Order: sequence, then structure tokens, then C-alpha cells
Amino acid sequence: MKVGLLRLWNITKVGLMAISRNKMRSLLTMLGIIIGVGCVITMVAVGTGASSSIQATINSLGTNFIMLFPGAATTGGARMFTDQSRITPEDADAIRAECPAVAYVSPGARTNAQIVAGELNWGTQVWGVGVEWPLIRAWNVADGDFFTDVDVRTSSKVCVLGSTVAQNLFPNGDAVGSTIRIKKVPFKVVGVLERKGGNMMGQDQDDQIIAPYTTVMKQLLGSPRISMIYISARSAGDVKEAQTEIDSLMRQRHRIPPGQESDINMRSQEEIASTSEQTSRTLSILLGSAAAISLLVGGIGIMNIMLVSVTERTREIGIRLAIGAKGRHVLIQFLLEAIALSVVGGAIGVALGLFAPYLVTRFAGMPTQVSTGSVAIAFGFAAAIGVFFGFYPARKASRLDPIDALRYE
Amino acid sequence: MAADSPVLEIHDLVKVYHMGEVEVRALKGVNLTAQRGEFVAIMGPSGSGKSTLMNIVGCLDRPTSGSYRLDGIDVSRLNRDQRAEIRNAKIGFVFQSFNLLARTRATENVELPLLYGNLGLTAVERARRARQALARVGLAGREDHYPSQLSGGQQQRVAIARALVTDPAILLADEPTGNLDSRTSEEIIGIFQELNNAGKTVILITHEPDIAAHAKRVVYVRDGVVWRDERIVQMKAKPGAVAGEPEPAVAFPFTVAPAEEPVREEVPQ
Repeated sequence: MKVGLLRLWNITKVGLMAISRNKMRSLLTMLGIIIGVGCVITMVAVGTGASSSIQATINSLGTNFIMLFPGAATTGGARMFTDQSRITPEDADAIRAECPAVAYVSPGARTNAQIVAGELNWGTQVWGVGVEWPLIRAWNVADGDFFTDVDVRTSSKVCVLGSTVAQNLFPNGDAVGSTIRIKKVPFKVVGVLERKGGNMMGQDQDDQIIAPYTTVMKQLLGSPRISMIYISARSAGDVKEAQTEIDSLMRQRHRIPPGQESDINMRSQEEIASTSEQTSRTLSILLGSAAAISLLVGGIGIMNIMLVSVTERTREIGIRLAIGAKGRHVLIQFLLEAIALSVVGGAIGVALGLFAPYLVTRFAGMPTQVSTGSVAIAFGFAAAIGVFFGFYPARKASRLDPIDALRYE
Repeated sequence: MAADSPVLEIHDLVKVYHMGEVEVRALKGVNLTAQRGEFVAIMGPSGSGKSTLMNIVGCLDRPTSGSYRLDGIDVSRLNRDQRAEIRNAKIGFVFQSFNLLARTRATENVELPLLYGNLGLTAVERARRARQALARVGLAGREDHYPSQLSGGQQQRVAIARALVTDPAILLADEPTGNLDSRTSEEIIGIFQELNNAGKTVILITHEPDIAAHAKRVVYVRDGVVWRDERIVQMKAKPGAVAGEPEPAVAFPFTVAPAEEPVREEVPQ
């Protein structure tokens, strides 16, 4: 046994020596595996990063979050999406009053505006919302206060800035207490929101201004309609129930008989998240399979080179057989060479795969997350490729006839 | 195996090759016995069956029929792996084209048979034996040279050291001087003579009569049988044999000048 192990080690060394004698060729052979393993790890890291940022968004929004949008309106038999919203703040009040599964409701009235503060200006979107909005979005102010119920009732010209807006208009951090002009209307800044970062679509959620919906509608929009309603169910389990209640209430209010398509659209956070998670998963699988194919091609490359190597080294094999190497010694030697090539290639690929996601995050701004599982699988797969694609050439080598091999030129 | 039993015992050896429909009888019943410490040259023109005989003697091939005992072991029916073991333990090969591994140091080349052996030697012991074998063929100090850095004669010496390192029962040299100039040939054949003087059994396959003349016995193979088998009494021992102009110690065995002929005796078959 001890002798056997010793001999195995000796043969391993023989194989490693053969690799080090052909450095350039070995490197080129490994290139396929290096790129394959590196790609698999990077692609999985990009995919994992995307889905974990989605997960983070879901958690930050809460799973009981529901959005209500104006839907398709039927005008003279033609169905179409219209800008003409039929939702009003009264709809929001009715939902709060009549749907028991609903906890919080806030209207959402949106407009775009150029904001001026002193000498600085910044174009952004302004959302008019109710006082329950911070509870629904689980979003607090970092500095100052959110506006109050009184502000909403009296249509006070107050606002809360997203942190991006605050940074651009008040680089010195003295936003709270200052006055800004939104479409020439002066608003007093009462607070600055916490930093939230990008949403699932990659939009910067901190690039917005929040003001009482009453003020936005009167001062900025001049319309009784609102863009959407933010709703929060009592719990994640109540989301379905809340959606049913809201649907029947809205049909009643908008006089749409059952069976006809509603003029509103509801999306729960869960639905949105699962849709975009599915998208990112599909993307990951796509990228992952492309990477896996390159790994496979790398394996075939190894087989090619090993076959060439066996032919090229027929004489060497003949010598080894003549001085007493058994078929299995030659088999092991060539198999180990193939495995060593793919393992070393795999290791370099892992190093690449650990470094590349960093570059992706740094230069493409995409969130990435290297998972140990993908590293292990890619590396293991590379080693397995060495065994699989190394076996055929190795067996060919081990079955050579020593007399023919010695005579080979 | 008794020390006095023949190291090589071949009886009625037949080898038939099938080339498609054609049957080629390369060996048609060879009988050959060699004692320990003999220096046998096997000669014969191409197509005589010499190479086939050498392949079978070297356990690279199996005979179709007949028996072959090497160092007391019947090796004529062994399988591939068993023959590999015999080659490793009992036979030291020296080839015409040296057959060293390129880009591999002299010591590593010499160590190679020990890697495949059953001795279970440590790396240190292997290196020691390799150095010893290299010293024995006069290559002390060149252990770390690569074959490309050595002359043809030196490469052949490395090959001889590699053949010696396992202390085999026979040294089997197949045209060992075929790729060397005459002076280097003399040096190499001198090494074989020295090794033989020290007790090694040497089997030398050659088609050059003046090389065969250095052996103590010449076996002529022709048409697949041993045609002649004669002992040569060396006129002069050649100490060193490494340097100096080769003196014709023995004449060309086929020359017809009786006065110059060395004393020969027919070996009874």
C-alpha cells in the first residue's frame, strides 16, 4: 500500500513535470477552462447580485405593499391605456374607510418639475402623497420631520427631499428650514428622507421630492385626478383579501359591472418582485449556460491537446513501457496531466471569477455577489472535465504497443 | 532460481505474424541458451528474424509457441502487465537511438525505471542509485545535464546507466552503436565489455561484425533460425577501451584470412 502510494505520487510528479516542460502549450490548453470557470462564477455573481438586490427592495418595501394604478379605459369599444386617470383622492379615502384588510392608504400625485434653490437648480419628479406614505413605504426621514396631517388638510407648501435632491441643491447639508421653488412656487423644506438607493429597475429612488398631495394637486397639477394610490395591507397574508375588497369597492365607485374589465390595475409588491426576479433568474440561467458551454468547449480543448500530446509523445510512451511502465501507469500519468491542467486552469479561473465581479460592480455599477456554491461547482466541474476528457487520450496512450511506440518517428 | 541455471533459455521459439491473409513465420524454432556472465552478440541480416527475437527476448512481445525462461522464470505466456514487471526488474534496455526523455535531466532519466519498480525506494535512494549508475559509465559530474547538452556517446552512456540502475539479469542492447561514429562506438562497446567483465550478462544485437567481435560469443540468425553459434576467445583484453585508436583485437568473423582468425569453437546446440 505504501509502495503503491509512493508510486502514485511518483507518477503524479512525472505528469506535473510534463506540464512544466510545455508551459506555453499548457497555458493555452488551460485558457478554455480559465475563461469557462471565470465566466460561470462572474455570471452567477451578477445574477445573485441582481436577485439579492431585488430581495432587499422587497424587504424594504414590505411584502404587504399594493399599488393601484389607473387601468385600461374603454371608450366607444376601443380598449386602451390612457393618461386620463379616473382615480381621485376620494377613492383613497373610501379604500381606507371601507376595506378592513387595508391598513394604510396614501394618494400619489406625480409631476415633473425644475427645482430652484438659491443659485442651484435640479430637475426631478415631485410626488404628492398623504401622511401614511412613510408607513407604507417603510421610509423615514433622516433629517427634520415628515409633513403632518394638518399640512395635508391646509395644503401647506412644505416638502421633504430625497437625499439625491438634497445633495444637489444643498451640498452643505442645510436643506431643512430652507425654501425651494417648485415651478416657481416656494416650498419650505421640512425634512430629508433616508437614502434608499436604486429600485429594482435601477432608478434612483432618492431623486424625488415628497409634498402633501393636496398642495401638489392645487399648486402644481391643477387636476382632481391622481396618478396612483399607495396601499398597505394589514399583513402579508391579507394582500389577496385587500385586493379583492379594493376591486369590488372601485367597481362600485366607478360603476363598472362585474365581468367587465376594471378601470384600475393593482400590483402587489410580491407580484412585481417575483416578475423581476424571474427575469433576472432567466438572465442568470442564460448567461450561466453560455459560460457552461465555454467550460465544455474548454474541456474539448483539453482533450484535443491531450490527443495531440499522446501522438507527439508516442516515443516517450514507448520508452516508459519498455523500461517497465504498465498500461495503468501511463493511463494515470496522462489522466493526471489532464486533471492537473483543468484543476490549475480552474484555480486561475476562480481567481478571475473572484476579481471580475468586482470590476463589473466598479465599472458597470451592477450589484454582484460571488457565491461560494458557484465557485465550488465551477471548480468541481472543471476537475470533472479533466477526468472526462482526459480519459480517452490517456486510455489511447496506455494501449499503445511498446514495439510500435518505440519505432514511432 | 539457482545461480547456476542459465539466465536465458529459449527452446523451439516460433513467432508467426498475420498480415491480412499472409502468414509470416519470422521465427521458425529458435533454440538459444545463455549462461550468467556471458556476452552474446546476435547477428543477422535484416529480415532474418533478429528483431523479432530481440523483441521476444526483451519481453516486448510474446512468442507464438515455444518456451522462454528468463532468469529461471517462464516468461513466454505472461500478460502485458506481467511482462512490464519483468522488463522493469530483469531487463536493461539500450537502444540504437538512445531513447532518453528530452528536457529531462540525466539523473531523472536514469531514475525512471525505479519509479515504475516494486522496490518502493525513497527519492533520496533513487537519486543515489542513479548517481551511482552514472558514475559507473563515466558520467559523474554530468548528472544535471539535459540530453540536448550531451554528445551522442554521452547520451548512450546515460541510456546504459538507465539500463543498469535496476541491476537487471540481462543487458539487452539493440544496435547500441548504430548512431555513433566508430571511435565513440568503441568507447560504448568498451563499457559493455567492462560491465561484462564485472559479471553482467550482455545480449547485443548488431549487424556490424566488428562490433559483434567484441562479444565472447556470436549467434547468427538467418531465416528465422539460429544458423551458427560460435565462441570467440578474445585475443587481448582491452583495459579501459575508452580512449585510443581501436586496435583490431579480433578480426571480422566473416573474413576468410585464416591466419588472422581468432580461435573459435562451435558451441554444441
